[in-house]
Amino acid sequence: MAELTEAGCRAFTQADAPMTDNQVLLRAMEYASTFGLSLWLRPQDVSLAHGGVAHDGAVASRLGLPGIPALAETVALATILQLARETGARVHLARLSTSEGLAMVRAAKAQGLAVTCDVASPHVHLSENDLISFDSHLHLVPPLRSLRDRDAIREALRDGTIDALCSDHTPVDEDVKQVPFGESAPGASGVELLLPLTLKWAREMDVPLMQAIGLISWKPAQILGVPAGTLAVGGWADLCVFDEAAEWIVGPRTLTSQGNNTPFLNHLMLGRVHYTLIDGHIDFEAPHSP
Amino acid sequence: MNPQLTQDGRLRHLLTLDGLPRATLMEILDTAESFMDVGEREVKKVPLLRGKSIFNLFFEPSTRTRTTFEIAAKRLSADVVNLNIATSSQTKGEAILDTVDNLAAMHADMFIVRHSQSGAAHFIARHVAPHISVVNAGDGRHAHPTQGLLDMFTIRRFKGAFHNLTVGIVGDVLHSRVARSQIHALTTLGVPEVRVIAPKTLLPAGVEQMGVKVFHNLDAGLAGCDVVIMLRLQNERMKGARLPSAQEYFKFFGLTSEKLALAKPDAIVMHPGPMNRGVEIDSEVADGPQSVILPQVTYGIAVRMAVMALLAGGTAA
Ligand SMILES: NC(=O)OP(=O)(O)O
Repeated sequence: MAELTEAGCRAFTQADAPMTDNQVLLRAMEYASTFGLSLWLRPQDVSLAHGGVAHDGAVASRLGLPGIPALAETVALATILQLARETGARVHLARLSTSEGLAMVRAAKAQGLAVTCDVASPHVHLSENDLISFDSHLHLVPPLRSLRDRDAIREALRDGTIDALCSDHTPVDEDVKQVPFGESAPGASGVELLLPLTLKWAREMDVPLMQAIGLISWKPAQILGVPAGTLAVGGWADLCVFDEAAEWIVGPRTLTSQGNNTPFLNHLMLGRVHYTLIDGHIDFEAPHSP
Repeated sequence: MNPQLTQDGRLRHLLTLDGLPRATLMEILDTAESFMDVGEREVKKVPLLRGKSIFNLFFEPSTRTRTTFEIAAKRLSADVVNLNIATSSQTKGEAILDTVDNLAAMHADMFIVRHSQSGAAHFIARHVAPHISVVNAGDGRHAHPTQGLLDMFTIRRFKGAFHNLTVGIVGDVLHSRVARSQIHALTTLGVPEVRVIAPKTLLPAGVEQMGVKVFHNLDAGLAGCDVVIMLRLQNERMKGARLPSAQEYFKFFGLTSEKLALAKPDAIVMHPGPMNRGVEIDSEVADGPQSVILPQVTYGIAVRMAVMALLAGGTAA
């Protein structure tokens, strides 16, 4: 771990591979905290989530879709937070989805634990209620949860409990989505929608633009320990130029990514990137940019 | 919004009873009633679907549903093709759409679909050409609308009306597409009290939001019931730590003559089949005077005729 850090590694994670062994988790935290490194963990208890494809609630019950209870998140979270408390390890919690989970993180932060967390942008706007047509593009991990959970996410983004908003960009082949919901591969392509979905949340919640942009720029950079995401004299000239009022419709023609698997297909978006600059040079220029 | 209705409110597909208006359900039941005598005629046929091709597309096994759909289609003079596609891990979605496309190329007019995945019938209905109708013959845990309808038909035949009934559904509601379709139909048709009676491990989260009253005790749940519907308990349920044993289940939730005596004296007993005798229901009850389990199967023919006739009537002849 320390060697990888010397080579530029910023954090350690199992990505979405499940954490099944608490002894390994405990040792990873002890070792990481020896060097002050951080672990990125996705809290989802494997056995409680086993076989599930949708939030275990009234909608999945109605649709007959096997459920993943909110407990799958909170039980895993309780374990992680307890181990973090014990070891002093720095932990970033990735892709939270439940109101109860956010309350646990809020409490942990209030107790001074070194934890940060993020949520995926679809979960800020969608809920289990959107599953009614069995559209496999809404099959996500963690699952889209209740409206109450979605509203808790929107509030926790505002009050700072959630440190970063991410795209959870998971492009998959359309073939693995053109099957019944339960057989489909989970995930949504999302990197191109991160900005407009963030702006949409900010508009709907009356959050100032700068606060919203922070969730997708300097705050995630800070979690990673990268001096980026800010505009400062002598800082990196890594910029994104966008028009917050530009309207566009999500579709295969308007997305650059080959992953067209998005639950927002045909949705109207406000906000479009025109240029991306890296080190002061234009790296990306959207077609028809002014 | 509702993918199974046309803009003017006629049946386009039959995928679920969830959200179907009361008038549509009644129209199906009344049409089924008009077909009841066809089975008793010397020539058991009417020419309503002459020249139509109906494909039974079963990705999961079936005895009653597949057979009664076949009989029903033949009585309507349709051409019927049966495809029993064994469930296997290779039966992937892409194969489903390929199969559907190929059958459509053979000029199919209607698909009767059974599949292990919830939403499979919706998935196929979204894909087919506008002149093709899809009938859900059971998708995962989601819906079994023709079963729900034949159960309503049975209840109406034996009880006359819906507005004064107490109906108890006993057993594995969690995994049951039949129970879901029954609950939607019963609540839509105005049954004032629909009960589900099961241990907590066999009830889906938030089941009360489907308009039912929850009981965990069989005696309390059966008290005052006009209709007792038993659900099949699959043996796999013992593996998933949902129940300690089949014996214990039978002791606490199995329907015996003794337990049935707690319901109204004229209560009827229903079961969609296939039955697990000695697990959810005692043979004495299954074969007893209050059982209407075999009439359910017979009525399935008229109800499926009605569904197919109404669907075909809704498309260009
Ligand atoms: N009731 C029912 O669906 O039975 P089959 O599985 O035999 O069709």
